[in-house]
Amino acid sequence: MVAQILFLVITLAAIALFTANLRKIIRNIRLGKSADRTDQPQKRLMTMLRVAFGQSKMVVRPIPAFLHFFVYIGFVIINIEVLEIMIDGLFGTHRIFHGLGGLYNFLIGSFEILALTVWVSCAIFLIRRNVLKLKRFRGVEMTSWPKSDANYILITEILLMTAFLLMNAADAKLQLLGSSHYTNAGAFPVSQYLMNILPSAESTLIAIERGCWWFHIIGILAFLNYLPYSKHFHILFAFPNTYFSNLEPKGEFTNMASVTNEVKAMLDPSFVPAETEPGKFGAKDATDLSWVNLMNAYTCTECGRCTSVCPANITGKLLSPRKIMMDTRDRITEIGKNIDKNGAEYQDGKSLLDDYITREEIWACTTCNACVEACPVNIDPLQIITELRRFAVMEESQAPASINAMMGNIENNQAPWKYSPADRFNWAEGS
Amino acid sequence: MAELMAAGEEPEILFWVGCAGSYDERAQKITRDICKILHHVGIKYAVLGTEESCTGDPAKRAGNEFLFQMQAMTNIEVLNAYNIKKIVTGCPHCFNTIKNEYPGLGGTYEVIHHTQLIQDLINEGKLKAEGGESFKGKKITYHDPCYLGRGNGIYEAPRKALEVLDAQLVEMKRCKSNGLCCGAGGAQMFKEPEKGKKDINVERIDEALETNPQFIAAGCPFCMTMLSDGIKLKDKEQEIKVLDIAEITARANGL
Repeated sequence: MVAQILFLVITLAAIALFTANLRKIIRNIRLGKSADRTDQPQKRLMTMLRVAFGQSKMVVRPIPAFLHFFVYIGFVIINIEVLEIMIDGLFGTHRIFHGLGGLYNFLIGSFEILALTVWVSCAIFLIRRNVLKLKRFRGVEMTSWPKSDANYILITEILLMTAFLLMNAADAKLQLLGSSHYTNAGAFPVSQYLMNILPSAESTLIAIERGCWWFHIIGILAFLNYLPYSKHFHILFAFPNTYFSNLEPKGEFTNMASVTNEVKAMLDPSFVPAETEPGKFGAKDATDLSWVNLMNAYTCTECGRCTSVCPANITGKLLSPRKIMMDTRDRITEIGKNIDKNGAEYQDGKSLLDDYITREEIWACTTCNACVEACPVNIDPLQIITELRRFAVMEESQAPASINAMMGNIENNQAPWKYSPADRFNWAEGS
Repeated sequence: MAELMAAGEEPEILFWVGCAGSYDERAQKITRDICKILHHVGIKYAVLGTEESCTGDPAKRAGNEFLFQMQAMTNIEVLNAYNIKKIVTGCPHCFNTIKNEYPGLGGTYEVIHHTQLIQDLINEGKLKAEGGESFKGKKITYHDPCYLGRGNGIYEAPRKALEVLDAQLVEMKRCKSNGLCCGAGGAQMFKEPEKGKKDINVERIDEALETNPQFIAAGCPFCMTMLSDGIKLKDKEQEIKVLDIAEITARANGL
């Protein structure tokens, strides 16, 4: 009974804490500007099913796609087991679903095989990150926290799977001993091989089984609460992020309605613009970005596929699309903390542009969309870069001199070069 | 276009030449070859001539939405005044801008890139590869322009134009949706690159050279500049020619 109450208290506390943190993140995302991403719900749903659920963009890199698929499937399916753990924990039962008979054996057997593949995949991931030191996992933005974050996630998953398998091994051994309370149920294709390393005393086996059971469930609840602080948040946000992702051609940049009004008024003095909310052009800080950009930032799992295909980054420039996303998340998180501590009006005098992302980074972008194409969860770093450029150009007139010259040429000669408009048709004369 | 209008006629298609195609000496050749192809198949086309003006693409990518929309609205006024329905562009940047960004500002047209026009003409049997230079068995690698490929998902049209040549098409390691930028997009064409260890066009040329090609095919005047500069830098101008799909098509047909 004590165990049941303890279980209930721990579970409720974990869920309450997670909900509070999730609400804070959603509050932070809502600090962003509005953007309409509710059109074409059917196409959005299909995109989500294909890209997030079906992992369609992962397959570009077969090895990590294969390993990631095991971890993903393992995560989704083994969590069915959590349902049983929850019921057992609350009602003091043991393997409540064992009545399913053959199906139950099949399920437990599948979970075991998946647990093993998750274990092996995570181990290989750890080796890729820490021993092979793949280039994709390095770079200026991969400071100590992002590196540790990745390792904590992988180690936790290995520990959870180990606990799950040891629990089953102890259970199986207790079933063989005919221990009361341990009904004969389940198939143990993997953990049967662990039985030999376990002691044979019944009380010790019960201690191991219970210990692993508690470790497994508390581990899962702790992991849930780690998510809001971690890049691993993508396991939840990949779904809304792909649902609300851009459905238009990648080459299309948004037309700013606020500018349209001003330009129309300039070209036609009789034009009366519709009321629009006043605001600055482009983005200086994270709150000037749209909520989609901010959701993108929370969804980023820092895999670095974007940076590894970025032509600027490949050729040694400072720009790294992954850093753009990480900086945006860090900054909006900081703004959220400021609000919690000092109230909504508090200004810390910092901004995303300059304090986090430098001008050198944003001007190195070729807007080639390679980063957008590469992202397995449809994150769009290019849109953030564009918004920062818009602020630099339209609010500050701070563009590189040659860019200013190009724009001056368009204004004066209707071409980015300094040629006379009267010569535009001269190409027809040549041969 | 003004002349056609004065004569009370309408063109089947408007050829949007673009700034590079109008002023850049190398790109002017591509422009003339596109005209030759249009002429060869007997399409009634028109150009705006001195009435054409920058689409605003480089201004928009650089963040100057004001200048972009000024350009866009002025161009839309001209295009609508001439009652233009269909446009072919010689440049993926003009193509992307007019096709995707003009409709929201009141300019809706059917817009195709010249490689799509060539593909259509080949499919309709109006254009073949005969009567000119033979590319049979020649090694050609095609560089995907970002705003045609990733930007608008057009990967097959330019390749179709090369397939009819019976040439040997070799793909670079990074091609199609994974294609590497030439380094000119996003207004980079008009500025020096940021500090780094290599220029992007050199990285791309190194990759193109790995395929050991006789021709590098392009579909964008900016890519043309970047790739040609790369080839010059590598001192390979004699062995390897960088040609636009339109130029290759014109040559193959003896135009």
